[in-house]
Amino acid sequence: MKYMLIMRSTDEGRKAYEAMPFEQVIEAMGAYNEQLVNAGVLLAGDGLADSMADNFVVDFSAQPPVVTDGPYGETHELFNGFWIIEVSSKAEAELWATRCPLGPGSKLEVRRVTDMSDFADFADSPALQKQEELRARSEGA
Amino acid sequence: MGGGIRRSVDALWRVESAHIVGTLVRMTGDVGLAEDAAQDALLDALRQWPVEGMPRNPAAWLTAVAKRRVLDSWSRSRALDDRYRRLAEDLPDGHDWQPIPDDVLRLLFTACHPVLTREAQVALTLRLVGGLTTEAIARLFLASVPTIQQRIVRAKKTLGEARVPFETPEPAEWKARLGSVLAVIYLIFTEGYAATGGDRLIRSDLAEEALRLGRMLTGLLPREPEAHALVALMELQASRFAARVAPTGAPILLADQDRRRWDHSQITRGVAALDRADALGRGRGPYALQAAIARCHATAPTFADTDWGRIVTLYEALSQLAPNPIVDLNRAVAVSMVEGPDVALAAVDRLAESGALRHSPLLPAVRAELLARLGRGDEASREFAAAASLATNVAQREALLQRSRR
Repeated sequence: MKYMLIMRSTDEGRKAYEAMPFEQVIEAMGAYNEQLVNAGVLLAGDGLADSMADNFVVDFSAQPPVVTDGPYGETHELFNGFWIIEVSSKAEAELWATRCPLGPGSKLEVRRVTDMSDFADFADSPALQKQEELRARSEGA
Repeated sequence: MGGGIRRSVDALWRVESAHIVGTLVRMTGDVGLAEDAAQDALLDALRQWPVEGMPRNPAAWLTAVAKRRVLDSWSRSRALDDRYRRLAEDLPDGHDWQPIPDDVLRLLFTACHPVLTREAQVALTLRLVGGLTTEAIARLFLASVPTIQQRIVRAKKTLGEARVPFETPEPAEWKARLGSVLAVIYLIFTEGYAATGGDRLIRSDLAEEALRLGRMLTGLLPREPEAHALVALMELQASRFAARVAPTGAPILLADQDRRRWDHSQITRGVAALDRADALGRGRGPYALQAAIARCHATAPTFADTDWGRIVTLYEALSQLAPNPIVDLNRAVAVSMVEGPDVALAAVDRLAESGALRHSPLLPAVRAELLARLGRGDEASREFAAAASLATNVAQREALLQRSRR
């Protein structure tokens, strides 16, 4: 089963991180990623930029949707990176998540990635098949 | 709480056992002793941790306790020799233990050593490197626990008797030994992927386990193109998992599969792995060629719209590198898509005359398919019936019989 490890940091967490020597941060994250690779569990992962100029939010409360710069302002915890791992149990996902080299002010939200078996009862639903088709196209394989 | 600890310990074992057992084999030179000591340490952990809590570094704790077990067994069974003294001196540092990735690699080469039968290599790899219990291996292979247990015990004994050293192979034998590791991992995969028996979810677990071992190998040997190629091949084949069996359990042929149900992120990963193999610039081995064929299928919008010409060329290269009648048969299928069923039929007939694949349903099934496409219905029916009589698996036999009645 697949899990997504979603990294979230508060302002405090990000400041603590910025105060650390860059080399040290890179080395700790590099070692963590290497462990994931060597264990054969890492499928994907990336960090997310937090520069204001690159990011925006689309709010669907109104039609047409409203686009604003973001995701700043009242954001308490910024989503700033993720990993997707494939493991054999929830406990194994927890083991990997707790090994992540993060400090105070940082959290990992760990979510199981759904697969078709979650929707087995609806496998013949035209809407679901359509969704799969779109997913296939968007990934452009 | 107890159940929680149990699950955490199981997860820890899955992740760390290869490092722990690897360390112990390096120190003792004895796979059997190392594994027994590690299992004893695990039992100690299950007794102590629920009461005392998990230690700060659980894997180091397990390694230190297992080392002590080894020393105990040595002091009972033989005089204090140098090895004993060295190990004893090493003990106080137990908690600073750091895993050494090369131990896992050495363990993998040991588990896949040529003194063992392929069956034994598979069981030992899953047990030592995959960290699976005997029960889990038995469940995955639809075998009884005593059968697997006996296989593992015998394999450890064979390794001991042959005095197989705990090391990565010398350059002269590297290629053959790596080939054995790749073959074991691929066999675990195909057992999960191709077998239609048993619970489908369980079979996909086996394929996932093989993928994990394959990815592990590419982490350990990033400069080996065939390791990346094997991962590519497995990702590309596994991407079709959801689409290849009908709700009734009947297999769905490639031509009839709903391509929307293929796992497209897995295809992307497979393509990337093949690119990594190619980027090493050392040419394509058998796994890379098979992965390249799988990529042609995985990236084709429809069955008809597949680059069959390229597939024919790839099968020809594969046949040169690793001659195999199944490859020739697959090549004939690809030829039928490019040059027509008549040309392909001639190739299949030559293959039949050579006596290859005499006991496999594959050859008559392909022949039948080609005859049907040529409008020779009666001959096709007879060939489908012949194929059905050779089929070993019920779902496959049913599907072939159905075709023969048309």
